[in-house]
Amino acid sequence: MSKDDFILKAEELHKSYRMGATEVRVLKGVNLNIKKGEFVAIIGASGSGKSTLLHILGALDKPTKGMVKFEQRDLSRFRAGELNRFRNRMVGFVFQFYHLLDELSVLENIFLPAMTGRSIIGWLVCRRQAKNRAKELLVQLGLAERAKHKPYQLSGGERQRVAIGRALMNEPRLLLADEPTGNLDSATGNGILEVLEKLNRAGQTIVMVTHDERIAQRAGRIVTLVDGKIEHKNTSNL
Amino acid sequence: MYKIILATRYLLKRRITYFAVLAVALCVFIVVVVMTVMAGLVNEFKEKNHRFAGDCVVGTESLVGFAYYEDFVKLLEQQDFVEAVSPAIKSFALKRRRGSEQDDIVEIMGIDPVRHSRATGFGDTLYYHKDDASKTFEIAYDANLAGCVLGDFMFLQDTNSRNLSETSLPRIAYSISCFPLTARGALAQAGTDMVNTKTFYYSDQSSAGLPRVDGSIVYLPFEQAQRLCGMGESTKRASRLHIRFKPDVKIQAGCEKVQSLWQKFRQDKAGETQEYSLDTVTVQSWKQYRRSSIAPMENEQTEMSVMFGFVGITTVFIVLVVFYMIISHKSKDIGILKSIGVSNIDIIELFSGYAFMVGIIGSGFGLLAGWIFLLKINRIEDWLFKHFGFQLWDRTIYAIGDIPNQVEFKTLAIIVVSAIFACLVGALIPSLQAARQKPVETLQVGQL
Repeated sequence: MSKDDFILKAEELHKSYRMGATEVRVLKGVNLNIKKGEFVAIIGASGSGKSTLLHILGALDKPTKGMVKFEQRDLSRFRAGELNRFRNRMVGFVFQFYHLLDELSVLENIFLPAMTGRSIIGWLVCRRQAKNRAKELLVQLGLAERAKHKPYQLSGGERQRVAIGRALMNEPRLLLADEPTGNLDSATGNGILEVLEKLNRAGQTIVMVTHDERIAQRAGRIVTLVDGKIEHKNTSNL
Repeated sequence: MYKIILATRYLLKRRITYFAVLAVALCVFIVVVVMTVMAGLVNEFKEKNHRFAGDCVVGTESLVGFAYYEDFVKLLEQQDFVEAVSPAIKSFALKRRRGSEQDDIVEIMGIDPVRHSRATGFGDTLYYHKDDASKTFEIAYDANLAGCVLGDFMFLQDTNSRNLSETSLPRIAYSISCFPLTARGALAQAGTDMVNTKTFYYSDQSSAGLPRVDGSIVYLPFEQAQRLCGMGESTKRASRLHIRFKPDVKIQAGCEKVQSLWQKFRQDKAGETQEYSLDTVTVQSWKQYRRSSIAPMENEQTEMSVMFGFVGITTVFIVLVVFYMIISHKSKDIGILKSIGVSNIDIIELFSGYAFMVGIIGSGFGLLAGWIFLLKINRIEDWLFKHFGFQLWDRTIYAIGDIPNQVEFKTLAIIVVSAIFACLVGALIPSLQAARQKPVETLQVGQL
């Protein structure tokens, strides 16, 4: 396998927090490679550092030590503007608690990343195209009838699908999902996993964090995080 | 674009924002009303003082006056920047209305009504002779009698009557007694004749709109006042010269020219017998001349401005508190926005835009309410006076007809800009705090 096939490489990631006088070490030298088109589940008990790892992979947080390379580029060398563009264009986040903006409609929530990445003029030029893309996503996610609704008018599963739509709006290279089914009943959660599987089949690289092994089984590869370290990989060459 | 959309939605959806808008609107309303009325009162008061004094006054506070004024009047009248000059006598006298046992101390002012009307706004203050100042001191029912003009407050106090006939003059006689002084300031007459007394008949009343002036001055014909005060000797004296400049001449420039003329005039008069009387003469613009009257009013205006400066600071704090609360509530949104690539500066711009809208809308409502209130302020005051006997401004102090309600565009613009600025300042600290928030913390997903 060529090293260029890796979309993301984490090398010796350490992360520690200071809680009063105590230093809490969350990640203790994590190495992880993600290939393009992979669907990887990071599994671990509560407090094992899996969400922290996901945030560092998506540049929402910084490691205390170590490095994350996205398509051969070291994220720690990115300037603030580059990091913002990276979060806007290259990755899409799906959170456990959906994190939609209540003031915006479903459609607006979905095309929000397209709007935030452009100036007023830039947005005016491409808004029709962006709205069409958002509407396409709504259709794909089975939310066509909900375009004008507000997030609080939707069910949990619908909200999570809106969150997925928002994450996919700018066609990111990497989709990061933090417990995407954690707040849903099993049937609804299953629907969300089906959406993720479908996206992965279409070529979308996905990294999903979960504490539930049954959910993790739906991914192509499982990475287990125990006490801040990767304990087991079911693909030996990675 | 999303900043405008989100700021607008926050504004419409968050009820707490309404309090910020209301606070700004109330502050703007109060400031617009008070500043407009206060500025109107001060401007009107200044204008009345300007009309009373003319553009420039050359004179002395000494009761003996100064000599050679006629020569200086001639010199002034030859100048192309001078429109009119009016010499005046000023002194104090005892006034007794015929039939009364009471003597009142009054200020007498000897003037030539025609010249004085040309140099000042005197003619317009008259009740009967507004159109023809030359007849100001004429008594219609007996041409041989000498007339006098009383300030309208003084006349009101004398007669207790507001209702004057528009055509027939009331027959009221006043004896005016003065102590004539020599050019050196000594009593001009000794023994029992030390007082000059003459009877004058009410010929008109003057309403300068300045309570102190209208309550204390009796205007007399120039020559007669001069004689009463002992200034009509061979070397005649006057107390002051009121000067009006040509319309295109700036007051300051005109006064400077008069000043240099006066200095030259004084040099020319060196060695004259009454040269010493020129020592106390000053050249003043109308503002300097009326300084003692205008300054308290201006101080009042400054105090008002300072007070409303504090109102502005209060607005800043209200907006700060409201925005602090809003931003604390919106920390999740900040995390979401940052997770999709929104920068710190964009977050500051978003909340500053929000504050700007609060400022614009609050100012808009405040301005509108203030403007409507000002339009109706005189009706409201009339209603209050009619039903409760309450007047917002005591007319004996402010001497105004209607409450000034002319809104000045410049004042409004300053108030609106200040209100918006106050909102931006109030929102600045919470916005900076919002921008510094880390997305992982604000999204509350920092599980270990």
